[in-house]
Amino acid sequence: MLSRLLTLFACITICVFVINACNNTHSSSDALPETVSYNFDIRPILSDKCFICHGPDANKRQASLRLDIADSAYAPLKETKGAFAIVPGKPEESELIKRISSTDPTYLMPLPESHLGTLNEHEIALFKKWIKQGAKYERHWAFVAPEKSPLPKVKNEQWTKNEIDYFILSKMESKGLKPNEEADKERLLKRVTEDITGLPPSLQAMDDFLNDKSPGAYEKAVDRLLQSNAYGEKMAMHWLDVARYADSYGYQDDNIRTQWPWRDWVIHAFNENLPYNTFLTWQIAGDMLPEANKEEILATGFFRNHKYTEEGGVIPEEYRIEYILDKTKTYSRGIMGLTVECAQCHDHKYDPFSQKDYYSLFAFFNNTKEVGYEGDVSISKPAKMPLLSISDTDRKQLLNFINDADTSTLMVSVMGEQDTLRKTYVLDRGVYDRPTYQVLPAALPAVMRFDTVQYPRNRLGLAAWTVNKNNPLAARVFVNQLWQEFFGRGIVKSSGDFGMQGDLPTHPELLDWLAVDFMEHGWDIKRLVKQMVMSAAYRQSAVASKEKIEVDPENAYLSRGPRFRLPAELIRDMVLSSSGLLVRTIGGPSVKPYQPKGLWEQATSGRGALATYKQDHGDSLYRRGIYTFIKLTVPPPSMVIFDASNRDQCEVKRLKTNTPLQALIMLNDPTVLEASRVLSQKLMEEKKDETYNLTKAFRLIICRKPDDKEMKILKSYYDEQLQSFKQNKLSADTTLMQGEYIQDDKVDKNSTAALMKTIEMIYNMDEAITK
Amino acid sequence: MEKEILEHRLGMNRRRFLSRLSLGIGSVALGSLLIPDLFSKNDEEAAITGLAQFAPKAKRIIYLFQNGAPSQLDLFDYKPLLQKMHGEDLPASIRMGQRLTGMTADQKKFPLAGTYFQFNQYGQAKAWISELLPYTAGVVDDLCIVKSLYTEAINHDPALTFFQTGAQVGNRPSMGAWLSYGLGSENKNLPAFCVLLSKGKGNGQGVYSKLWSNGFLDSIHQGVQFSSGDSPVLYLNNPDGMNKTDRRLMLDKLAELNDASYKEFGDPEINTRIQQYEMAYRMQTAVPEITDMSREPESIIKLYGPDCLVPGTFAANCLLARKLSENGVRFVQLYHQGWDAHGNLPNEIKGQCKDVDQSSAALITDLKQRGLLDETLVIWGGEFGRTNYCQGLLTRDNYGRDHHPRCFTVWMAGGGIKPGVYGETDEFGYNIAENPVHVHDFHATILALMGIDHEKLTFRHLGRRYRLTDVAGTVVKDIMA
Repeated sequence: MLSRLLTLFACITICVFVINACNNTHSSSDALPETVSYNFDIRPILSDKCFICHGPDANKRQASLRLDIADSAYAPLKETKGAFAIVPGKPEESELIKRISSTDPTYLMPLPESHLGTLNEHEIALFKKWIKQGAKYERHWAFVAPEKSPLPKVKNEQWTKNEIDYFILSKMESKGLKPNEEADKERLLKRVTEDITGLPPSLQAMDDFLNDKSPGAYEKAVDRLLQSNAYGEKMAMHWLDVARYADSYGYQDDNIRTQWPWRDWVIHAFNENLPYNTFLTWQIAGDMLPEANKEEILATGFFRNHKYTEEGGVIPEEYRIEYILDKTKTYSRGIMGLTVECAQCHDHKYDPFSQKDYYSLFAFFNNTKEVGYEGDVSISKPAKMPLLSISDTDRKQLLNFINDADTSTLMVSVMGEQDTLRKTYVLDRGVYDRPTYQVLPAALPAVMRFDTVQYPRNRLGLAAWTVNKNNPLAARVFVNQLWQEFFGRGIVKSSGDFGMQGDLPTHPELLDWLAVDFMEHGWDIKRLVKQMVMSAAYRQSAVASKEKIEVDPENAYLSRGPRFRLPAELIRDMVLSSSGLLVRTIGGPSVKPYQPKGLWEQATSGRGALATYKQDHGDSLYRRGIYTFIKLTVPPPSMVIFDASNRDQCEVKRLKTNTPLQALIMLNDPTVLEASRVLSQKLMEEKKDETYNLTKAFRLIICRKPDDKEMKILKSYYDEQLQSFKQNKLSADTTLMQGEYIQDDKVDKNSTAALMKTIEMIYNMDEAITK
Repeated sequence: MEKEILEHRLGMNRRRFLSRLSLGIGSVALGSLLIPDLFSKNDEEAAITGLAQFAPKAKRIIYLFQNGAPSQLDLFDYKPLLQKMHGEDLPASIRMGQRLTGMTADQKKFPLAGTYFQFNQYGQAKAWISELLPYTAGVVDDLCIVKSLYTEAINHDPALTFFQTGAQVGNRPSMGAWLSYGLGSENKNLPAFCVLLSKGKGNGQGVYSKLWSNGFLDSIHQGVQFSSGDSPVLYLNNPDGMNKTDRRLMLDKLAELNDASYKEFGDPEINTRIQQYEMAYRMQTAVPEITDMSREPESIIKLYGPDCLVPGTFAANCLLARKLSENGVRFVQLYHQGWDAHGNLPNEIKGQCKDVDQSSAALITDLKQRGLLDETLVIWGGEFGRTNYCQGLLTRDNYGRDHHPRCFTVWMAGGGIKPGVYGETDEFGYNIAENPVHVHDFHATILALMGIDHEKLTFRHLGRRYRLTDVAGTVVKDIMA
């Protein structure tokens, strides 16, 4: 029985792999391309199956053969006399072809014990054709500076609204897909309002948009949204993930820290539409700019958001190194879209980054004044040196975006250089106490040369190198992250990995066009956002026909509009905003709303200011999700369950899961229950009829009018509930006892409770938490 | 690419949900919720890369983590020489320049501290066990006591993280998440990975949710923390004033609304959401049933000790762990805090042992009498060991011990484990003398017992394949039955 089960398991496993393979670009049913491309057809296979032993890592290289460089691949093999791995034009003479298509397990590549799996027939055919066509190597696409290509030709030109659409449509047409109609006005307004401001549209905004029949109505709405200061909050959300922002130090005792003025700066910077190159320059090296002002210095808090240990008995240097590693990771993953951390211990196995390259990059961050350990939790301070002190006067002048009722001086952790240069060594296997040889600061040569005539060997030089127009990554990576936030997936799906192992762009020319256009227009972020949301691609209806689900389940080719569950913070914002509870204060110290009891207490060492959760009251209960206090060792559960980053390290992409715990939150979280009660109470105060109440509640939450069928369901539920309350089967008093917001005793309790429960149900609709 | 497999699998499930949905909303069987849903297990969980390369010996794991690091020298690793040399300095030839924590690095002397407690030999293996653990001694013939574990970290946070995720830093999936990913759940009404916390009176070090994190795996694999309060799982309880019938009524109407939305948009996510609400509803019944101790017979209460009726104690968690495991929860992770005895060790360790000894042994006995020990792997131990020399002032009856990563003891029992004593330390209890077991080896062995080749349970994330055992790990076949 057991073995039968195992066989069944195995069969199913295989089936799923086969099905999966069919979804791949390398499915065996696919025809071979006219010209086989190294970058798009060959290198992904080489990288996945071969580079681990025949790639850039010199220490792990087998048989002295590397297949990532033409010279080596064409050269006579050292261990098989008279043979060549690749003979351009002659697949039958190429050892590589013989090896990958062999049936002899001792001869076959990849070796069975590598567990990498063999190549399928289609992959082998690709290699044969590529070699036949001359086995031409190309530089990795992401390391070549982007160029604007001419707009592709499309058949259905009247569909296009701006340049983006030419690229999207031409790809669709090549795949035999047709775009959807434009979404209906209500849904389109919800989508764009959520995407730009992170809040649902107000009733007024909905009515205005519905009534505005002019051709420029949508653009008008977009312009209005871009002017809203909620835009900065929405944009900051993603950047806080990149910057692993939190309100505590993490590790062991996990005490409180004051890093929120940096968060306020990010919101401010987006609202002021600081150009992206300036935004980056200040964050990388604001403190080193000539006559740097406090705003520029504050921006460097970006590199100080990571965890700091306060555990007694640590070895300070071990942690100091850990902090520099984290900075290096955040820079490379968040800004460069690369995973270089492999090269911390050894030469990168897939990408052309040596261990020396890694520590040269690391060296830029290795000269800060910070130390590995300032002391244990008993002497914990709100910030760790180097510090920026922000006085009340500063907050009235240059730093007037920092919102604090308290007038005492604030301390924030920022970057600051040592006077004498700290030497950086390549660390053997990445271990802090095993320095080998010294390196000087330099940026990744495989990406772009770090010309020391042009760039100083410090963070200022790194910043200039990063935002240089010839840098192939900075603009592409940011444009892609933004695309991901608006369209649900990046043009490069692996938004944190543009390297050899990353996904290839679905629309490479579009990505390049957007990146170049972005730089040509002064790295103007609002302009880029507007470009995306004005496109016809973005404005499509999200209806997914069976055929489209079949052909393109992930909507990679955008033949329908994006439809996704809201991110964690925005679910909270939607609930608070639609019920009228939301307090629209921007910035300030993070707040502690309702949270299940005992979570902090169960997990704490008992030391420090955060050993117990002291819930806030009043306005602080109703702030946007971005202001919810993040204690790293116990991040807010309602956020994490909805896939928010736990802020442990730099993250550029959140998962989008769908779990029963999420259902439990929407059903039972006091925030949702209180919002339902308060909205019900407010509607009752208007003294209209139930149709009015249900319609208005539905519009506020779902952002469109209910149809007849929906109205029927709402009414029948409302009536049943009302009967139950009237007949005392359910207690209205108990039901209404939710949250701290003041109760209105003048309204009829039974109707209020029945309406409250109907509103709860509306909050639980899939569409409520979907944009 | 694994990400795509995962996404694809979710898609498959979602499509399956569709076909189930055609049976009608609310028609999902709501009968006996605690019967493991073995029928639908195979097809849903089959897409995993590392699935059963060989017949599994264990199906489930209960990990009794002793957080803060219990002193092996006062519990299992008996060293008469230390008592003889009590107060003498640790010879440099033994220490060999091993790095020390910041807490004892400045100590001028490292006076050896012999244990204050009596040791006796028990069972067929004649294993030495301290008087602090009489109940554990009583089940010794079921235990494999591994005295030669070692780790790389010397501070709690990285050491714990290393034990739970296979890496000292970084947001990696925890062991339970890997197993949930690799093997799925045996019960559709309960999470595959559950976490139970308790605290002793000893010096504590806290735990952190990253220890049961799903890391880069799908969040369905995240450990679900049970709490001892009114609501055993976060947000589980309906609000006051709402009963079960009422909830059902609301969910039926809600499903109607959502179904209309599905008909309009064709987005499979909508149907998944409907099903997740059903699962949530089933959890609302299943979890309280399982956490209800009131129906446990007298004999069981006696076995685990009276504390098992006090929610939030280690004893109560042991009993709950048995019930969860019995109902198909793949991985039950307990943490008991308070073992970090830098000072006043003899006193603190007494309390800690009293908290855990009886119920740990009871769990073994209980599983055995239910015929479940063969398929359940039970693990007991901390994140590193403690030094043979004293931290702080040494007297005859009082001492403290600092962190010691070079050797420490963990015991394992049940599913596929060969009882006995494995590994040996030198006569100072400072270095390993034979059969060292690295944390990666320990992980590899656990996976092997679960029928998984640790090199094949991989997940591709940001350009590389990750494993619980990173790039190392050797299965310790000697401790496998």
